Amino acid sequence: MTGYALFLGCTIPARQPNYELSARKALAKLGIELVDLAKMTCCCPPPVQSIDLETSLAVAAYNICLAEEADLNLVTLCSGCFESLAMTNAMLKNDGELKAKINRILSQTGKEFLGNKEVKHYLQVLTEDVGLERLKQSVSRPLSKLKVAAFYGCHALRPSELLKLDDPERPRILEGLIEMLGAKSVEYRNKLKCCGGLLRGSSDELALELASEKLENTTKAGADCIATLCPFCFVALDMGQLQIKHKLNKTYDMPIIHYSELLSLALGIDPKELALETHKIKVDNVLSKIL
Amino acid sequence: MTHGKEKTLGSLAFPEAVKRRLGGETITLCYQCGTCASSCPVAKITDRFNPREVIRLSLLGERNEVVSGDAIWLCCSCYNCQERCPQKVEIADVIYALRNIAFREGYIPNIYSEFAGALSSDGRIVKVSRFVENKRPTLGLPALQPTGVDALRKILSATGFDKLQQRREGA
Repeated sequence: MTGYALFLGCTIPARQPNYELSARKALAKLGIELVDLAKMTCCCPPPVQSIDLETSLAVAAYNICLAEEADLNLVTLCSGCFESLAMTNAMLKNDGELKAKINRILSQTGKEFLGNKEVKHYLQVLTEDVGLERLKQSVSRPLSKLKVAAFYGCHALRPSELLKLDDPERPRILEGLIEMLGAKSVEYRNKLKCCGGLLRGSSDELALELASEKLENTTKAGADCIATLCPFCFVALDMGQLQIKHKLNKTYDMPIIHYSELLSLALGIDPKELALETHKIKVDNVLSKIL
Repeated sequence: MTHGKEKTLGSLAFPEAVKRRLGGETITLCYQCGTCASSCPVAKITDRFNPREVIRLSLLGERNEVVSGDAIWLCCSCYNCQERCPQKVEIADVIYALRNIAFREGYIPNIYSEFAGALSSDGRIVKVSRFVENKRPTLGLPALQPTGVDALRKILSATGFDKLQQRREGA
């Protein structure tokens, strides 16, 4: 069994039990052990990097130190956490001067960043540790009637030079993982464009316009649902549909479903165990094509 | 002419200040081709933000307009511009550097200020309510581990983040 320190972050435990449940159950079923370490904090994603980048790198490095001490690699679910931790890990491994500077800050906490662990996105755990073939064989409930619009969001892929998940202009990892579940991955216009999630709360009208475009394009492509990776994208597109209806007078009724939820369903996990009622846009139409 | 002299000094001082900040190092490589603007999802839907223009104004030393204006806060941090820049200007990071300078001078949208406050009080930018925490066992989720908020506060103190945040809250 392969073990990882699970980096849970803030938004998932605060708002999205559906994400956490599906990820924990699916990874356990695939033989990945997740360890919950004490004393972790916020990863310091782009909104905190916007306030102070040096502080953000130091806090991210502190969290990586906890995994180093436990002798475990880290796995992230949220793309904000992935961006922050994988970026910091790569930057400090590549730049001795920066590493020394951050370690001077970390000395206040009794930690030292060594740079001997990896930060992985859970999609990488699926492709590298589980493997596509074993994943395919583990599917007991193929999603063969389902047309899924893959949505990467921004921070699983970019900045690609540091994150190295996939080609930032032509990624295929998520589409491949969707197809391993028996579903059809549908192409749509401006697939890689931002959902506007990080503008929510400061420029809502721009955020909703970007989310609306995503919903428009996936609807036109005939998708049954959008598969997301990030809790911010999930909120922008799920909760966002209620706001778009109210403020822009447009109705989509497009289910937004985390890839981990689709994975859990395909692995035969009981939908009643997945807190699917957390979704603002009901996923009944998706379930009726699966069960 | 004092006006001209100020302009020259300003245009030298501000880009140099940005360059010295973490994230801002590549700003002077920009040759204004506009690849960033044509890759920007926000610039497509509003004329209030254009990454090429933010960099241009910064390079011209228009410090106040850049730092106190709304434009830098309209970047959605998607990094499309940074991926495509032929000069390898790390544009999204340059915008962080500009925002970091703005924060130091007290210009920061409320929601970011709320994140900063939650970070130092709870160790998380989004608070996990007692209600949600108590509900975890009924959903089949393990208890949450305690956060390392004490260590985090030491980091905020070592970088001066806490003082800037307190000044902002006191203002």
